[in-house]
Amino acid sequence: MQQPINVPIYTEYHPRWYRPRVSVYWWLGQWRYLKFILRELSSVFVALGVILTILQVRALREGSQAYARFQHELQTPAVISISLITLFFVVFHTITWFNLTPRAMAVRVRGKRIPEWLVAAPNYAMWIVVSGAVTWLVLRGR
Amino acid sequence: MRESNEAPLWALFSAGGVVAAFLIPVHLFLFGLAFPLGWLPTPGYEHMLTLVRNPLVKIYLLLLCSLPLFHWAHRFRYTLYDGLKVKHLNELIFTFCYGGAVVGTVLAAYLLWSIA
Repeated sequence: MQQPINVPIYTEYHPRWYRPRVSVYWWLGQWRYLKFILRELSSVFVALGVILTILQVRALREGSQAYARFQHELQTPAVISISLITLFFVVFHTITWFNLTPRAMAVRVRGKRIPEWLVAAPNYAMWIVVSGAVTWLVLRGR
Repeated sequence: MRESNEAPLWALFSAGGVVAAFLIPVHLFLFGLAFPLGWLPTPGYEHMLTLVRNPLVKIYLLLLCSLPLFHWAHRFRYTLYDGLKVKHLNELIFTFCYGGAVVGTVLAAYLLWSIA
């Protein structure tokens, strides 16, 4: 039978796309890629910070002895090192997060875009205020 | 996983990112370093218990635990997809990440509300 003209010819197999293989370690090559992965990994330390808080609440719930034991565990060099590394990454998260604000919001004054640091700055001011408030609440009437 | 899930999950990621950025550093600094190392006077058991018995503090702590876990879930999921290129384990990773966040949230809520 004659094929009608102008009908596309279908093949059973899809042509292979050109997809160069990327190494699993692609992010080690450049500092900006590594910084990206470190920023993404900061989320693991954010979760660790949450776990520490949950453990603290659990110790508090179990009574004064359990709480004292947990405070003692927090003083061991291993846990101090974990806390220190976690704090480093969480602060890295905070800084990268705040510095994204000017990318998400283009603030204009009289038609001119105000510089990025001026958009990010209120975040840092707010961070100081909030941190001070939490510290005050925890220490107040101790 | 359908595309329609992405918007609410991204909203949780974003809200968690904000909460984590503002609050986790100070909590970690106080309870992980300043108190254990004696830089600041450690609040006693009774004082902490009084604080946590306050319903507003319970809500605050629940948000502090829950939202950043959803932030982690979202970011970690894409780190595994892009960083380690394991997109074929899509559903397993999805369940592990968001399941973990849900379990953490439920656990935190249970612990907080069982403190009478």
